[in-house]
Amino acid sequence: MTMRKGLSEEILHAYVDGGLTSDERGAVEAHLALHPETAARARAWMSQNEALHQVYDQVLEEPHNVRVDTRPRAANAPFFWRNVAGLAATLVVGIAIGFVAHDYWSPAGGAPRTSIARQALLAHAAYVPEVRHPVEVTGREEQHLVAWLSKRLDAPLKAPSLVQSGYQLLGGRLLPAPASSAAADKATPVALFMYENAQGKRLSLLVRREVPNTDTAFRFTQEGHTAVFYWIDGPFGYALAGDVNKDELATLARLVYQQLNP
Amino acid sequence: MASGFTVEQLQAQIPRLRRYARALTGSRESADDLVQDALERAWTKRALWRPDSNLRAWLFAVMHNVFVNGVKRTRPMASLDALNEESNVEPAASSASAETDAALREMQSALARLPVEQRQVVLLVGLEQFTYAEAAEVLEVPIGTVMSRLSRGRDRLRQLLDEEPGGHGALRRVK
Repeated sequence: MTMRKGLSEEILHAYVDGGLTSDERGAVEAHLALHPETAARARAWMSQNEALHQVYDQVLEEPHNVRVDTRPRAANAPFFWRNVAGLAATLVVGIAIGFVAHDYWSPAGGAPRTSIARQALLAHAAYVPEVRHPVEVTGREEQHLVAWLSKRLDAPLKAPSLVQSGYQLLGGRLLPAPASSAAADKATPVALFMYENAQGKRLSLLVRREVPNTDTAFRFTQEGHTAVFYWIDGPFGYALAGDVNKDELATLARLVYQQLNP
Repeated sequence: MASGFTVEQLQAQIPRLRRYARALTGSRESADDLVQDALERAWTKRALWRPDSNLRAWLFAVMHNVFVNGVKRTRPMASLDALNEESNVEPAASSASAETDAALREMQSALARLPVEQRQVVLLVGLEQFTYAEAAEVLEVPIGTVMSRLSRGRDRLRQLLDEEPGGHGALRRVK
């Protein structure tokens, strides 16, 4: 490589950054030997590179909290909420299909518990929006309601009071037995109690026969806005469903449980 | 989804993204915020990466855009006043020392006074060892612009380091 009087800046940078062949390097060094100012400039640039590594390479090794977050960004949230209404409508149909098609599909044991939650979600979605006919028998006829449902379920029922949490018994209705009911001794129908607070928010308590002595702890599930606590206690399975948050529903579920197990 | 790279490949780049971001912003907090934002953006936009291209250069380009968009928001370079306060300087990770701390302060202070376009090129080439063509890709400027910024940046940094109180002392001593 022949060097004219001036060395191009590109070549000088490439020399500093190690981008030259050994022949080229030799030519540059020969030039620098004759031009001390350019040589000083090149030395200064080289020592900058070294100094940058000297002070910043420690960053490569230090502990840090930077993580790759693969969850959807918060910006996606509005899209999600816009679709909740549509999801809720789909849910009713989906649960109905699931209820018919999948009830008791899975092996015995898990199935009844899942199933009661599904049935509660279905009933809640179907009857809570009803303005005029949410119940067959109103809470004003509570004695009659409880006697009637107890007779149909063939076991003494209670309608727990949720008044201390601000929910009045709105009434109740009878629902058909789950299809091909393997869990219940007989294909007994199902009771649904509905409660309403001063703001018009409603809760559903579904009660149905289960295989006795399969008591479970509280279990929780949620579909869309609707939260469900469900458990088996004695001859009955219970599922309390409401469009409230988990903590609030847990408080209500405990209230129900305590009254059923005084 | 056909994503051109994996989370692990992305994670492997974090140390170098952090190193560049630290030198660029002068603050650990700003740097890690910048890297975090860049990683999120890169993951969201991963379908845009061409598998035959350089992932590291692409990630630095993504981070550059986050940096440019966030310059007003994220206090890209700690102000000179703040740099002069001891508290703003990260302690050296190793035992080493006052000398390393002094060297870091000198360099940060000099970089802080370098125009940001020059600082970027000096760091991409001198610290991250990108080729000039890669640096041009990262910054989305012609290669001629990279070369002229590099000349001006290196000459200006030379002046600034010479002007430092103690005349480049810490950097020279440790070498």
